[in-house]
Amino acid sequence: MELQAVLMAAGGGSRMTDLIYNTPKPLLPVGNKPLMWYPLNLLERVGFEEVIVITTKEVQKMMSSDPKMKLDVKMKLDVVCIQEDGDMGTADALRHIQQKIKSDVLVVSCDLITDVALHEVVDLFRAHNATLAMLMSKAHEFTETVPGQKGKKKTAEQRDFVGVDPSGKRLLFMANEADLEDGLSIRKSIIKKHPRMHIKTGLVDAHLYCLKKEVVDFLAENKSISSIRGELVPYLVRKQFSKTANRQKMKDESEDQTQKKNDDSTNQELLIASRDESLLQLAQERSCWNDHHGDMSEAYHGGKLRCYVHILDQGLCYRVNTLAAYIEANRLAPKLFEEPAVHPSAVISEKCQMGSDSMIGALCQIADKTSIKRSTIGNSTTVKEKVKVTNSIVMHGVTIEEGCNIQGSVICSNAIIGRGADLKYCLVGNGQRIESEAERTNEVIVGTDQLMEI
Amino acid sequence: MADSGGTDEHDKKDDVERSKSEGKELTKEEKQRLRKEKKQQKKHKEKKDDKASQESGKENKSASSAAAAPQLPTQTVKVVKRLPEHIQVDNPEVLKKLAKKLERQQTPVHGATIKIPLRSDYGYKVSLFSHLHQYSRKAPLTQQLSIPSTVIHPAVVRLGLQYSQGIVAGSNARSVALLHAFKQVIRDYTTPPNEELSRDLVNKLKPYISFLNQCRPLSASMGNAIKFVKKEISNIPTQCKEEEAKSKILNCIEWYINDKIILAAKAIAASAIEKISDEDVILVYGCSSLVNHILFEAFEKRRKFRVIVVDSRPRLEGREALRRLVQRGISCTYVLISAVSYILPEVSKVFLGAHALLANGYVMSRVGTSQIALVAKAFNVPVLVCCETYKFCERVQTDSFVSNELDDPDDLIVTRKGKTHLENWQEVPSLGLLNLVYDVTPPDFVDLVITELGMIPCTSVPVVLRVKNVDQ
Repeated sequence: MELQAVLMAAGGGSRMTDLIYNTPKPLLPVGNKPLMWYPLNLLERVGFEEVIVITTKEVQKMMSSDPKMKLDVKMKLDVVCIQEDGDMGTADALRHIQQKIKSDVLVVSCDLITDVALHEVVDLFRAHNATLAMLMSKAHEFTETVPGQKGKKKTAEQRDFVGVDPSGKRLLFMANEADLEDGLSIRKSIIKKHPRMHIKTGLVDAHLYCLKKEVVDFLAENKSISSIRGELVPYLVRKQFSKTANRQKMKDESEDQTQKKNDDSTNQELLIASRDESLLQLAQERSCWNDHHGDMSEAYHGGKLRCYVHILDQGLCYRVNTLAAYIEANRLAPKLFEEPAVHPSAVISEKCQMGSDSMIGALCQIADKTSIKRSTIGNSTTVKEKVKVTNSIVMHGVTIEEGCNIQGSVICSNAIIGRGADLKYCLVGNGQRIESEAERTNEVIVGTDQLMEI
Repeated sequence: MADSGGTDEHDKKDDVERSKSEGKELTKEEKQRLRKEKKQQKKHKEKKDDKASQESGKENKSASSAAAAPQLPTQTVKVVKRLPEHIQVDNPEVLKKLAKKLERQQTPVHGATIKIPLRSDYGYKVSLFSHLHQYSRKAPLTQQLSIPSTVIHPAVVRLGLQYSQGIVAGSNARSVALLHAFKQVIRDYTTPPNEELSRDLVNKLKPYISFLNQCRPLSASMGNAIKFVKKEISNIPTQCKEEEAKSKILNCIEWYINDKIILAAKAIAASAIEKISDEDVILVYGCSSLVNHILFEAFEKRRKFRVIVVDSRPRLEGREALRRLVQRGISCTYVLISAVSYILPEVSKVFLGAHALLANGYVMSRVGTSQIALVAKAFNVPVLVCCETYKFCERVQTDSFVSNELDDPDDLIVTRKGKTHLENWQEVPSLGLLNLVYDVTPPDFVDLVITELGMIPCTSVPVVLRVKNVDQ
């Protein structure tokens, strides 16, 4: 088997607490499908037949029990549960399933919505015999107004500095602004080997990684690494140019049996070991190809550890981990699948004005004289007469009484909007009830139990 | 058939003449053969006249049919000449046949049969070469395959990718990499119930070979290696257990690589070094692994020489050769092929590598080689071609048009100072970009071929082929 897919669906969703109060992040509805469906659909389209899903017990229960959250994927899902309260990072989760991993892995995050041609990333992984291949995309500015945001919030988000070689494929440097104290310092060994480097900051990491099996074994030995994105990837990128890795290679050539396990184990695992290494070496020697020109070293500078990145220029690639991203994703998600915008079981009266870019879920009831534009209505929602819903996301089981005007808002599941309410750019939490004739603008309406304790 | 019969006869005549000139008596067999051939000649001449009127204007390269059909010169049955498929791309019927063939070569996976995808051609093809495939590097065949490739073994997919992206280039490297991939395939192979390993494994390899062929057309050396592997597999006795059979085949592959590539390189280096004298100025073209090996060995043996590396666009393989030579300490000069007539007065001999040696003595090598040989001939500089015997091919070709390889035309596009002039070449109706890979050098320009069997003239290639066939 060539690649095993692993879907990380145990994430917290720490940046959108209001949305995930009742629904865990993997099951948030985007375009009336649970968020998990999108990466699973991507894997299914490409041809995967089995996926290992790492998730919490709660999500597993909801996946199997709740008919509204039915995941209609044809692949075999091997669900592995981990403790919800434990501080398990993505690398810890990989370590947890190390026994199941028998070949190279493709790790996907559950909040990734993309239409990338996956073979581009995997081809880099295959052709160059890489240790790591990942996907990144140019960041998009979110143009929609986010409910509950008071004024233009300066994104104090930490920037990522990504250094690539002139071809744009080889990953040379990766660091987060938080880790850099005084400034960006790049080791001389990197500059000697790659005198030209492009450093990009406007990239979004899609959290899609192809890792060699040796990396998973390495993780099992090194229990200090807990996050793939935060620790493992920068570590691997740094190790490409580490002197010890090259020295280790020479040591291995001279001494066949190295009994010491302490320092060697960290590097040995990373060295790509394959049977018939001598034949591959012979083929590479005889081949007249080099990945760089201008200096005296052989292809790949003789390094065995290589990290590659595919940067997506055009196309959809979103990580739904903030409210703004969630809203944007809802706008664009319908383009990803060809299901009709209106579910056949929805009951829509004839006098309803529905825009072409709206989506109506199953078993909905839309009454007369309603206007639904650029919105997504979830399953089993009731919309009474004379309601205007524009630019909004309405989740499942919501009741909207007559005469409401909802604009640019997000209404979570099982909420009830009283008649004549006027909501602009609001976020209505789960199960909330908005009283009649209410007028709310730019507010987050959640129950008191959802508020954080200080 | 007639052509190969002709060449057979031609070289046998050579043989006879040579043995006559050497004073040896013609052996009985050779006399018999001479008699048979004279009879054949008469009959074939009659047949030729008939056939020439029947066939269309296409030249009859009977090489493939000669290789395919068994060679029985005494048969006077009319043979239908079949052109190989890979040079009939502009014939829609042939394309349909190819698509059907790929469908038939499906591998049953989990009960369902999935076929090998067909790679489509790219861009406008120059009319003289419209009968050949032209693929784009940006549209790899893996687009149409599922990602955890179950239809094709992952080692073969990786190999195909490396071929199409040029990471494994050069006929020796490609053959070694191919055999390495086959070893992995054979290791992971299990005989299905009610099947014989000898037959089933060969059938398993067929779709892989078509896949690799679509990624990049197979080279002559790869073809010979595949023939060897298939022969070894079909020679496995039926009562052999699976593990034993697999280890036998793996050992055979190891032996083949060791004998035909590694030891052959050593032998060729040993004979070639005799030809290199002190104060020599050697010209090499492109990056040939064998020629580089010879130069390294000569340098180790402390011969004093310097090297001139000639390079050509778009591949610029000479840069890699230059790097390897300079790394060892050999003093080199680097020129582009447009300057070869300027630099040739300095040169004392020319060493060329070959992709394949054809049965009529022509040398098939990287495009530009025949140019160098021609100019060298004009300057009376000896041209030595170094080639292992496993690259000898029974095909016959006299020009570079009929059977060649077209590389991605976008490779010719270059960006200087931020401007890419040929960016929209497809929109200009009268413009076609041609990126040829191989050309053939006639034997008149080649003075010596150095093989592991010795130093032979170009025209002795059919003799070597005959000797090899007798051996096997």
